[in-house]
Amino acid sequence: MAEATQELLTTADGRPLKEALATAQSRAKRRAFLLVLPLLLFIVLTFLVPIGYTLKRSFEHDGFAASAPALASWFRANPDFDPANPPEEAYAALVEDLARMQVEKTTGLAGARINYSVPGTISLFKKGSREAKTLPPPFKDSLIALDPDWAKPALWRGMASASHVYTTEFYYVASDMKLNDDGWERGEDKERIYLYLFFKTFIVSGIITVLCLLLAFPVSHLLATLPMAKSSILMIFVLLPFWTSLLVRTTSWIALLQEQGVVNDLLVGIGLISEDGRMTMMYNMTGTIVAMTHVLLPFMILPLYSVMKVIPPSYARAARSLGATSWTTFRRVYLPQTLPGIAAGSLLVFILAVGYYITPALVGGADGALISNMIAANMKNSNWSLAAAVAAMLLAAILVLYWLYDRLIGIDRLKLG
Amino acid sequence: MTSEPRSDAFVAFEHVQKSYDGVSLVVKDLNLSIGKGEFLTMLGPSGSGKTTCLMMLAGFETATHGEIKLDGVNINQVPPHKRGIGMVFQNYALFPHMTVGENLSFPLEVRGMGKDEREAKIKRALDMVQMGAFASRRPAQLSGGQQQRIALARALVFDPSLVLMDEPLGALDKQLREHMQFEIKHLHESLGITVVYVTHDQGEALTMSDRIAVFNDGRIQQLAPPADLYERPENSFVAQFIGENNKLLGTIEELTGDKALVRLTTGELIDATAVNAKEKGLKTLVSIRPERVEFKPEMMPPGAHTIDAEVIELIYMGDILRAVLKVAGSDNFVMKMRNTLGQTKLAPGQKIKVGWHPQDARALDP
Repeated sequence: MAEATQELLTTADGRPLKEALATAQSRAKRRAFLLVLPLLLFIVLTFLVPIGYTLKRSFEHDGFAASAPALASWFRANPDFDPANPPEEAYAALVEDLARMQVEKTTGLAGARINYSVPGTISLFKKGSREAKTLPPPFKDSLIALDPDWAKPALWRGMASASHVYTTEFYYVASDMKLNDDGWERGEDKERIYLYLFFKTFIVSGIITVLCLLLAFPVSHLLATLPMAKSSILMIFVLLPFWTSLLVRTTSWIALLQEQGVVNDLLVGIGLISEDGRMTMMYNMTGTIVAMTHVLLPFMILPLYSVMKVIPPSYARAARSLGATSWTTFRRVYLPQTLPGIAAGSLLVFILAVGYYITPALVGGADGALISNMIAANMKNSNWSLAAAVAAMLLAAILVLYWLYDRLIGIDRLKLG
Repeated sequence: MTSEPRSDAFVAFEHVQKSYDGVSLVVKDLNLSIGKGEFLTMLGPSGSGKTTCLMMLAGFETATHGEIKLDGVNINQVPPHKRGIGMVFQNYALFPHMTVGENLSFPLEVRGMGKDEREAKIKRALDMVQMGAFASRRPAQLSGGQQQRIALARALVFDPSLVLMDEPLGALDKQLREHMQFEIKHLHESLGITVVYVTHDQGEALTMSDRIAVFNDGRIQQLAPPADLYERPENSFVAQFIGENNKLLGTIEELTGDKALVRLTTGELIDATAVNAKEKGLKTLVSIRPERVEFKPEMMPPGAHTIDAEVIELIYMGDILRAVLKVAGSDNFVMKMRNTLGQTKLAPGQKIKVGWHPQDARALDP
């Protein structure tokens, strides 16, 4: 028997066993694949393709390279030119391109591309291409006479870089770098908004996660231990907000928390605060945190509940009978067993919070805005590449978190309900 | 029926009642004294109140009325972790996130014991259950029987004088269960601990216990050593619940002392001992164990009444032969015969006469 297993196993009619098995299963496999095909197509078309497209946009932009071919070829021929003092041929190529942009109506596109790294260039380009046809040589002097900004080394650096279709510039901008006359440098503190917002988003998401955990833990425990009839009712209370429109939930927080809102009225009514001392709990960070904690709470409760549900009460009883106080029992026996739920809930809430847009947009005001609001603002301003770069960085940060989670806790221990 | 509270009792339930819903009583007036070093089993069908009693003793349920005393001290208000009672649970309740060693270390750590002392005790406890090599394993890596041993070691590691066991062998297969019964019994004897053991398995109760309290309907039906319980059941519930049992319904015809002559509903007269049907003319249920039924006249006492029987079926069971007989109109009367060399071979359809010693037939409440 041991010898036989060494040889290639065959079926009774002599076909190799592996082949026979594959044939026997192929029909079932084909059918299974056809069943998941619609979902697969849906995911590819609506999820993978847009994400891939966005990621591509974060390092690809041909707005300048395509509309300024003369200058682009000059840059290729003279990679080591001096941005502080470009020669006449460079200016000649630039004026030729500006004139073509006027004809091809690509001025805005080219200007917008340079505008990412050198703010204020769209108007410069528009003016330049309007006048390009009439400019007399030498083009260097006449262009600088038209607008002295044409001599700025930063602009020439920006144009040189933009003459390549692929670039990392958007990531520089998204990390608060600034293109100066001497190249890319750290921006001034006042202008450092992206990293600050990233930092703030992560801190706020952390606070929201902790708040959700503190609020959800007792509720989940109650859900898991109450008799079926009562826990079903409680579960409906947990899920009811889940089924309510996000917009309704968020705006009801506005009604509650605004300065003339229910909470302030109540506090003034019972004399706890004076009419002038009404608290500002809306359109700032407080509003964002309160509303987002509420909105994300079910995402913490459900994984916790699913883990707690299967912890037999006999563990706690065993711990008590072994001499542990109720606190020790909780800390050393109950809590460690809920860890997969805590980890899953926290990961879920944190990742959702980091990318949350609508709630901070509605109740956050200026102070309560998060990184997603900045991505949205860039999209609104048609700064697609910058929005894509910030989004890609956010995605990378979340993937790093996910990787850390897998290393520390193990993704197979994740329980999402 | 229940023993009166003794002053020297180690564990005592005094007039304990328990209700969960305020409408019905799960435990009705329980009085039970357990001596030091005793192995007492609470036996009964599910819902009889035995587990509730154990939970009250452990401190997980509070008595609605009455007192529970441990070593003479009322413990009604003592929280479970201060009772110092070891407990083995039905599903073992080993902490899955700790190794075997950590599981055993837990009760010692919460008692603030030093590392060296802890290690010595853990080693001793693991050796006690022959699991010394498993300290670094996780419970999930162990078989059911091994987990059972660890649960036992954990309940014993902090040297409790009282250990409660709630159907600890319920999840094991038959062979392992029987093996563990002996091990638990030996541990009980060698450590001198008091054990309160809950089970619904009468075989387990009979093999292990010093005394068995048979529970039904929230009351102790009988509290007695295994042999008494089996041979001298005091009411028909105990007779039915413990072991196999033949029932014959009739009326007391004559009563001399506790010797009774019972007229069956089908008219035959049989010998019996009056247990709790002690008046002439009373209806009674006579209970006879299958192995005490005789069909050879020389095995019966002189002058014994016999009753006609017809063999319906013979079942060969190896060590014994089991005959199903038609007796007094019913055809589920069982007789067990030892499978000895010279044993008379019966055949289905054969007509015989069966009888018994009067003390083996017990006239109980109908």
